Amino acid sequence: MSRKQECIAMLLAGGQGSRLGILTKNMAKPAVPYGGKYRIIDFPLSNCINSGITTVGVLTQYQPLVLNDYIGNGSAWDLDRENGGVHVLSPYQQIKGTDWYRGTANSIYQNINFIDRYDPEYVAVLSGDHIYKMNYSKMLDFHKEKGSAVTIAMLEVPWEEASRFGLMFTDDEGKITAFEEKPKNPKSNKASMGVYMFTWKKLREYLIKDENNPNSSNDFGKDVIPAMHAAGEKMYAYKFDGYWKDVGTRGSLWEANLDLLIPSSGLDLDDPNWKIYSNNPAIPPAYISSEGKVSNSIIAGGCDIGGETDYSVIFSNCVIEPGAQIKYSIIMPGAVVKSGAKVFYSMVGENAVIESGAVVGKDPQECEKWGVTTVGPELTIGKNAVIGEDLMVEEDVKDGEKL
Amino acid sequence: MISRSCLGIIFSDSYSNAMPELTSLRTMGSVPFGGRYRFIDFSLSNLVNAGISKVGVITKSNYRSLMDHLGTGRPWDLSRKNDGLFFLPPFNSTLGTYNGKLEALILVSDFINMSKEEYVIILDSNIIGNIDFSEIIDYHREKGADITHAYLEGNYPEGDIPHFEINGDGRITKITMPGIVYEGSGKYGVSITCMKRTFLQRILNTAKSENYTDFNRDILLKDVDKFKIYGYKINNFCTVIDSMGKYYDSSMDLLSSDKRKSLFDSDRPIYTKIYDDMPSTYGINSSVTNSLIADGCKIEGEVKNSILFRGVRVAKGAKVTNSIIMHGSYISEGSSANAVIMDKYSVILPHKNISGDKTFPIYIGKKLVV
Repeated sequence: MSRKQECIAMLLAGGQGSRLGILTKNMAKPAVPYGGKYRIIDFPLSNCINSGITTVGVLTQYQPLVLNDYIGNGSAWDLDRENGGVHVLSPYQQIKGTDWYRGTANSIYQNINFIDRYDPEYVAVLSGDHIYKMNYSKMLDFHKEKGSAVTIAMLEVPWEEASRFGLMFTDDEGKITAFEEKPKNPKSNKASMGVYMFTWKKLREYLIKDENNPNSSNDFGKDVIPAMHAAGEKMYAYKFDGYWKDVGTRGSLWEANLDLLIPSSGLDLDDPNWKIYSNNPAIPPAYISSEGKVSNSIIAGGCDIGGETDYSVIFSNCVIEPGAQIKYSIIMPGAVVKSGAKVFYSMVGENAVIESGAVVGKDPQECEKWGVTTVGPELTIGKNAVIGEDLMVEEDVKDGEKL
Repeated sequence: MISRSCLGIIFSDSYSNAMPELTSLRTMGSVPFGGRYRFIDFSLSNLVNAGISKVGVITKSNYRSLMDHLGTGRPWDLSRKNDGLFFLPPFNSTLGTYNGKLEALILVSDFINMSKEEYVIILDSNIIGNIDFSEIIDYHREKGADITHAYLEGNYPEGDIPHFEINGDGRITKITMPGIVYEGSGKYGVSITCMKRTFLQRILNTAKSENYTDFNRDILLKDVDKFKIYGYKINNFCTVIDSMGKYYDSSMDLLSSDKRKSLFDSDRPIYTKIYDDMPSTYGINSSVTNSLIADGCKIEGEVKNSILFRGVRVAKGAKVTNSIIMHGSYISEGSSANAVIMDKYSVILPHKNISGDKTFPIYIGKKLVV
């Protein structure tokens, strides 16, 4: 038996993130690189340790290799602990058979034993695919003060975007009175952030009920939360105001990276009181050569910049050769952009190579319907190849080819 | 990797008095270098990259910052149940702190006697290079040497450094200690030595009874005929920093692509303490050329031919050229720094122009405001 913990966190990291396409072909969404040196999962993990939560279960299922390797023993987030710490929880074989995680609620259900070991009063259930800085301990205080069964973190989103979210209606006290799932004509702009604080006793009870319901899809948003609401459990919305972004699509991932270059975006990773930790490789500082021209960009360690970068995020260990041009783009770790190549309004995956003279992506002003172009990890774009806007490159592109 | 049972011993404060500016508040081993490193990172990483997992660090004084940097040794994978990192401050001595290296080794002879490794590599912490120590051990074994001493070939540096004459087999046949200033060129020692642990124990016993203190004079110089002393030539970029001038020049060497790539060989990484700074951001009107920029910097002004450590801020209209700016320093709006070495957390106030010369850089002390 492990020592009792007041609150532990369960991090949902099993999703494929199919809308990220080629970027998640070989890794789960939470392992996708972000912000020059981070991966998405650094945010919830850093939030946990900064909030004083030192026991975190990470639920993985889809392509867990990169994620497992990255999390390691958790020391990067100070989560290597004698008691608690970070645990990667994959589906496992049981007496009655082998079962994949069938839904978010089912994944927690299958790990009731893990949670019970710590005998917690509260369990935070977190998504592994959002970029935000949040103090869960303040949310827990709110949860305790209200005597709530479940508290859902809520963000007031712009009305025109509200229809993309699960919405909530609350009274003056913050008590949730009704839900609305991605409605066409939203009557509320209070969106759920996918961050839940449960009283474990209650959650345990509803997870078992949900599991025994053959009609349930075993999902928190679709099944468990509505069931709790229908039974009249106390549910509160905890208002969050700060930067929060779901990076579930290629467009939003691109935007969330470039948000780092906009001081008014509200996302500050340079806050000594709320550090975002990550697994740092042993690499030297970045080198900008005499030909290099860097403007309004983030450049991570180990880079060798000889070309021009403007309004871009260049991740660790990238090489931008002299004469190459990067604009409004995200260049992921270890990618190489050779001399004379141009990358505009695009994302280039890990270790991809853009050969000299190739052109990737297009300026939105020159397009009818613009979208971010994505080059998959480990691919090579041949010399003088031309790749237009809004494309996802999943295979090597030959020299001179036009897409 | 074949087992090369070997112990590492690092002198963290060799030549500390050679750079009083940088070492008044720290040991030689913890002098910042190369944007995100401390001197000792290179010695430690070289040992660890050769599969050596037991390292003793000998210190004398001012070792708070070094202890803070090394911690449990985790960044070098030296935080382990068996072996790992051993901090060896002055201890077990009726003499107070030691003077020569032999005396220091005698004071830590418990550590040496209780180790089980067959070989030992002893080195200084002010050697900056990426050197394959497993090659040194193999060479030592192959030659059946008593002592293997690393050397460089080229213009003799200033300082009390042994000069070698070496025969065709690689054996050192003559050693001279020329005194402080010397001109000319040839083979000169770099303070990395390899020997059997039992051989070291024998030397230390003799030294104890004969009151020897200085390894170079009392052992190498005296016994060059008696012992089989072999020279191992370092072919990679390697520099021994023992003066402010050398510190400045060696730092600037990193702006040369060949030297930088030789030092930061991705097969043998240089490890250091991790600080979790965000990557550096470059403002809209910034201009950065021929410079090495560590994480956590915010650059709005102009940076040229310089090395910026973690968390340096260069404000709008500020200009930094030919300079080394250490962790957390701030160059304010409209000011300029040329050929300056700014120690940690120092500040240049707005519209001040500080200029040294490449041959004589100006040093601004830790936490000073100019």
